[in-house]
Amino acid sequence: MGRGNCGILVRDTGFQDDDWRADFVRWSGEDGHCALPDGAALDVENTAPAEDIVPFFGRIALIRIAFPSHMDGRGFSLARHLRLLGYRGRLRAAGRILADQYAMARRSGFDEVEIDPALAERQPEEQWLFRADWRTHDYQERLGRRRYHGAHGAQD
Amino acid sequence: MARAFRPSILTANDLLDGDVVYLARDGAWTRRSAEARLFEDEDEANRSLAAAESQEDAVVGPYLAAAVPGGQLGPEPVHIREALRATGPTNYCHGKQTGR
Amino acid sequence: MYRYDGFDREFVHARVAQFRQQVERRIKGSLTEEEFKPLRLMNGLYLQLHAYMLRVAIPYGTLQSRQMRQLAYIAERWDKGYGHFTTRQNIQFNWPRLKDVPDILDALADVEMHAIQTSGNCVRNVTADHFAGAADDEIADPRPTAELLRQWSTDHPEFAFLPRKFKIAVSGSPIDRAVTRAHDIGLRMIRNVVGEPGYEVCVGGGLGRTPMIGSVIRDFLPEADLLPYIESILQVYNAIGRRDNIYKARIKITVSEHGIEAFRESVEQRFRIQRETFAGEHQALLARIGAMFAAPVWIEAPTGAFDAALARDPVFRSFVDTNLHPHRNPDYAIVTISLKAHGATPGDATAEQMRVIAGLAERYGHDEIRISHEQNCILPHVHKRDVPAVHAALREAGLATANVGLASDIIACPGMDYCNLATARSIPIAQDIATRMKERGDERHIGDLKIKISGCINACGHHHVGHIGILGLDRAGVENYQITLGGDGTETAALGERAGPGFAADDVVPAVERLIDTYLELRSDDDEAFLATYRRVGMRPFKAALYPDTAAAAGR
Ligand code: HEM
Ligand code: SF4
Repeated sequence: MGRGNCGILVRDTGFQDDDWRADFVRWSGEDGHCALPDGAALDVENTAPAEDIVPFFGRIALIRIAFPSHMDGRGFSLARHLRLLGYRGRLRAAGRILADQYAMARRSGFDEVEIDPALAERQPEEQWLFRADWRTHDYQERLGRRRYHGAHGAQD
Repeated sequence: MARAFRPSILTANDLLDGDVVYLARDGAWTRRSAEARLFEDEDEANRSLAAAESQEDAVVGPYLAAAVPGGQLGPEPVHIREALRATGPTNYCHGKQTGR
Repeated sequence: MYRYDGFDREFVHARVAQFRQQVERRIKGSLTEEEFKPLRLMNGLYLQLHAYMLRVAIPYGTLQSRQMRQLAYIAERWDKGYGHFTTRQNIQFNWPRLKDVPDILDALADVEMHAIQTSGNCVRNVTADHFAGAADDEIADPRPTAELLRQWSTDHPEFAFLPRKFKIAVSGSPIDRAVTRAHDIGLRMIRNVVGEPGYEVCVGGGLGRTPMIGSVIRDFLPEADLLPYIESILQVYNAIGRRDNIYKARIKITVSEHGIEAFRESVEQRFRIQRETFAGEHQALLARIGAMFAAPVWIEAPTGAFDAALARDPVFRSFVDTNLHPHRNPDYAIVTISLKAHGATPGDATAEQMRVIAGLAERYGHDEIRISHEQNCILPHVHKRDVPAVHAALREAGLATANVGLASDIIACPGMDYCNLATARSIPIAQDIATRMKERGDERHIGDLKIKISGCINACGHHHVGHIGILGLDRAGVENYQITLGGDGTETAALGERAGPGFAADDVVPAVERLIDTYLELRSDDDEAFLATYRRVGMRPFKAALYPDTAAAAGR
């Protein structure tokens, strides 16, 4: 599957070039991944069954969840589910995500967001930085809903 | 099969206050349906619609609404929905009814 | 009453600041309408037929006088002097201008109100029994639960882009006044055999195009498990709810397509994990919220003035008859203020009326006001000795209509007079029926009758659960009204059955009268209500009355 390094990565510090140099492996069901190498990066649809990926957590360094449309919130719940099942590797949201959704992505357990250059042009860095304060005003946190992140986003 | 074209007026809502507006015969937007231009020609109507769609800083959601020539009162919308838009709600007298 | 703390206050003001910036970007042209629309909808701003419409949440229907006064101020300053109370415990302002909306939202935030999540595919304003904390039949006050859910659902990171909107209602009484069975999630507060508090959880109810009564997914959910369990339901729905067809996207379709058993199994599976990740803070917060909803300090005083007025004044007597409900404190009453004066627009209140209600709440009602899904206002705690004074003040303000629960206490959505999606008008139909009922002068004799009117298939006027439901449709550009019978939105919930072909606007009132006259003939005695008679005798005699020509033809 494709390279990860053509998109723009959004983190709390703003835009940066993608630092993931290796290939992504497309998730194709649990049988196909017996030979997944250590430190692999996995590409999954937002419909992937999280439970099936659990046996491979130890070998996966990065999971990238696709957002086909900004109106489709499945990726947020999938991220949360992966975190609840114990995944602590890097978790990335990629595709059609709005700057206004950055806080949602972070609170759902994503460490970073990947967007293409066209979207980055329409929604420049300052709009994303505006929501980098995603830890404030978090009602769910105040209710005791724990947040989880991987090593990259583990500022919590 | 595409619906046959019926003479239409071009209407939208004003961006700033939401008021119903019509494209007038002089090419400006008016709040009075009596001043609306009645398009008899389909191509011309569609051209004006396309032009209105690019006026995002002035109006929201322009579309063509079927109407018939209404004598002195100007074009009269065919559908009851458009008649209500032209006059305002029936439960109060909010000005548009009286101003007409 | 819940009071915002610093956290809530900062949150709503931050939201207004964000929206103010978005409106400026839209007006300056740096946001397109397509980009702006979801942002304005997230803040309750629609574009309707004639103007923008701002929908403001009244969480669990509870207001204080200063909030009601602020709504009056908003109506006068930025609208046309009135507001429309809806079946979902919201108030809609029909005429705000775009550039004023951030100011309106600031004015709301000043009194701890907002318009957040009153639209969009997210968890909407959580509604509750409008007699909460007051009714004599209540097990527990549903408002602390509703407030907890309000906070939990606000800006929830996973659930702002669900397949479709999501509505939750809570009732704390075995008498269901919150239509819980017609909500995506309906919660009934109950106690288990050993007396511990918890919830019966219903899922997959809803009205609209495909009306359904919800199914019980959990008989008893311990109080402490509420948030993780609700979150599990939403996670499953978010994952498997349909996104290919907007008409099949509500959770009711998800549940009916997968079956309640399978759906429950998926939810329970999630719940087992979910439960571990919620620390106990929400229970501590619930306790703090609960304390804020403690009952007021009741006045101890004789109720003689009430009894005297009752004996003396027949007008007062009929008001008491229909507009009062038993209070948990026998010296008190729950007073419903009808927003259904015969011929008026159901649910509308002028700024002046709002101020009168606010003043009465402050003076006689422990500063509490409720808004019901039946589009009326309520003073939940009035000492009986003060009811005559309240009644006198209401009469002066034209707010003493004694028709609560009667044929003219009609629910009607805005319909084509305001709504962009409408296929017909609702308001004039409601006005005509109510006016006719007044002319007939027998609505007390008729008794309990719920007429509910929607201006299109979306069913915002709850027509499916009206004893008589009226649905306005568009037949080749002409308004046409379909009648359903036997609907019920309470604990004995049922969907109305369609009677037959629709009626032209002018024929609706006569049709409703034929139904009423048939009922009057058929009821076993004066105490058998319309719904009971319908349930006993069935559709047939009513159908015959509605369509006399067809019936005659068949008889020949
Ligand atoms: C005026 C603008 C309004 C619009 C555009 C609107 C839109 C809709 C739509 C599209 C639905 C169907 C949802 C579905 O089936 O998925 C719906 C349902 C509903 N709306 Fe409205 N509505 C409006 C006003 C109101 C008002 C004024 C009320 C209260 C009087 C209301 C209360 C409800 C209720 C109770 C339902 C049915 C319950 C359910 O969601 O299943 N709405 N609305
Ligand atoms: S039922 Fe239809 S007409 Fe009435 S408010 Fe809802 S969407 Fe509008």
